[in-house]
Amino acid sequence: MAILKVTFTKTKRNILAQALWVLNWVSVITGLTLFSLGLFLKVEIQKRQEVMTNEIHMVPNMLIGVGLATCSINFLGGKICYDCMDTTAFLHWKLLMLPYIICTFFFTLYILVGALMCHAMRSDLEESLLLGLWDAMCYYKDTDIPGCCYIKHSIDLLQMQFQCCGNGGFRDWFHIQWVSHCYLDMSISNVVDQLQSNVEGKYLTDAVPFTCCNVHFPRPCIQHQITNSSAHYNYNYHGAELNLNQKGCRQALLQYYTQIMQFVGLIVLIIWLFELSVLTCMHFLQTSIENVLRLGDSESESDGWLLKNSISETVQHNFNIIKNLGKCYQVDDDPNIDVSSTSRQTQEACTLAKS
Amino acid sequence: MAVLRLKFTKGQRDKLAQMLWLLNWVSVMTGIILFSLGLFVKVEFSKKEELMADRDFQRVLNLLIAVGLIACIINLLGGKICYDCVDTNKFLRWKLLILPYIICSFFFTGCMLVGALMCYSMQEELQESLAEGLRNVMRYYKDTDSPGRCFLKHTMDLLQIQFQCCGNRDHRDWFHIQWISNRYLDMSKWEVVGRLHSNVEGKYLLDSVPFSCCNTNSPRPCIQYQITNNSAHFNYDYLTEDLNLWKRGCHQALVEYYTKLMHSTGSTGLLIWLFELSILTGVRYLQTAMENVLRQGDPESESDGWLLENSLVETARNNFNILKNLGKINQIDTATNGDPNIDKPSTALYGLDNSGSVHP
Repeated sequence: MAILKVTFTKTKRNILAQALWVLNWVSVITGLTLFSLGLFLKVEIQKRQEVMTNEIHMVPNMLIGVGLATCSINFLGGKICYDCMDTTAFLHWKLLMLPYIICTFFFTLYILVGALMCHAMRSDLEESLLLGLWDAMCYYKDTDIPGCCYIKHSIDLLQMQFQCCGNGGFRDWFHIQWVSHCYLDMSISNVVDQLQSNVEGKYLTDAVPFTCCNVHFPRPCIQHQITNSSAHYNYNYHGAELNLNQKGCRQALLQYYTQIMQFVGLIVLIIWLFELSVLTCMHFLQTSIENVLRLGDSESESDGWLLKNSISETVQHNFNIIKNLGKCYQVDDDPNIDVSSTSRQTQEACTLAKS
Repeated sequence: MAVLRLKFTKGQRDKLAQMLWLLNWVSVMTGIILFSLGLFVKVEFSKKEELMADRDFQRVLNLLIAVGLIACIINLLGGKICYDCVDTNKFLRWKLLILPYIICSFFFTGCMLVGALMCYSMQEELQESLAEGLRNVMRYYKDTDSPGRCFLKHTMDLLQIQFQCCGNRDHRDWFHIQWISNRYLDMSKWEVVGRLHSNVEGKYLLDSVPFSCCNTNSPRPCIQYQITNNSAHFNYDYLTEDLNLWKRGCHQALVEYYTKLMHSTGSTGLLIWLFELSILTGVRYLQTAMENVLRQGDPESESDGWLLENSLVETARNNFNILKNLGKINQIDTATNGDPNIDKPSTALYGLDNSGSVHP
């Protein structure tokens, strides 16, 4: 009792083969799309590498690998479908086609896993950003140390581009010394007091870098003595919230990457569905052409199906095959022991028949 | 004596027609490119329209957009004509239309050339417009509570951040403008009042700049207040410190940006003009070759194609005479010799008499 049996005439088989050839080539293009999406993601993550601790390369690398593999698999599939239009050419591929379909089926599962991983990347990213941003902010002042001199520039650009401030909020800057000792006047008592009053000898103030300033605020930016309402005219720290960028850079970056991942995940899911449908049609084509060969007449109608027997029977059948594969190496059942060669018997039969 | 005469066999004519059909379709693409380029530049100008004083840059851009659209239509028609030229019968349909088409296209490419050249002539007008526009925007920077001007601070800040520039010519322009509104000035402090009184126009001027002038490449936290006062900051020298603020003025930055944009648009327009002209030349050769074939009567034979049938001077004289005679059609000649219909018996009677006398 075959599953989803469909009858194909000669013309229908040819049309199916041609359609599948075109679809396989479209699939090669979708493979290239996957590859470029993976590359795009890799570049985007690389751009902000300084604010991430461990690099999240698994998902982009997987997408790149899957994209390339999809291209090659569908390239082969296109060749097979092209040859399916001619029954003699199909014979080349007869033994290879079923293994190809099975491998491709498991490969499409891999694509699905890729799509799901896109959504699961978020928590990894959040942790990486949390630690990475803290480290970067700590090195903000070290513009004279080789290896760290670009961190100030990166954080400034990040805060301006994403309109964010600090890690979770602008108050993070109050706990970090972001003004280098090179620019602190040690002869001023205020400065010395501030340094001495801190346990770790850090110079902490309630000030933020200029890149935290909100461009939309109608008042010229207040970036020093932020918490001191009396230091500025007509200013109340608790009311002037929009003076600085309210969003933390961790949240801003997370939102940005989540949007990209959602977009990429959706596209990968669509590609997975497309691949699965192409594969299903190829299986129909394969079974119908095999039935045609079995019938002997290449012009006749034939049946194509998803599975020859019901699911449970197919599973049982495959399980038995695997069990018997295991039994090959057991000496007891070796049919070559203690049985005389059948070839001599047939030779004798031939000579007898001739005479 | 034809200008640039060439011989075409049947095979060569067919190949020419096919190639021109293809090139006309490529030309449709270039027309679309010109159209989109014009549109893109128009959008770029409108994005910064607050920074430009009233000047009409839209003329050139509208011309480019219109030229792009018309080029598409003309080349679509040209493609159809060239496609039909392969078959002599189909060519007969277009025979009367093809010369007017070529003449109109020639004048149209003239418009394209004018548009492309105008892109290069805009520089001075642009400079004046931007200088005035930037001055106005900086003057109204502090007026974030006035309706109609409340967004100018935002515009200026974004401009300075995006184009990495400060002020009109340089950062010192901010020293001559009150960019902090009186709402945020503490009039109870004597230094504020003193500063206001010391200024003739009652403006509060400082040697300070807005935060958007700060240079992100500076290794040091930005110094935006008391810029000229070396003693106000540790280890700071105003004259040698050049990474603290953006050095370039926004006027220069914007002029460079828009000039580059207009020059690339102009160059693209010129390239497309040359391409169109070459296609038109090819169509002219095809037209003259096909007409000569029809004149000879044998569609398989060789024929000549040319740019002009006679020399340039003779063609100009011929056309001038045609135009003069067009003017004369409406004049009623007073002498009886002029009007052929006055006082002349009908020639038809003569024909009848002759035929009547021939046949018995």
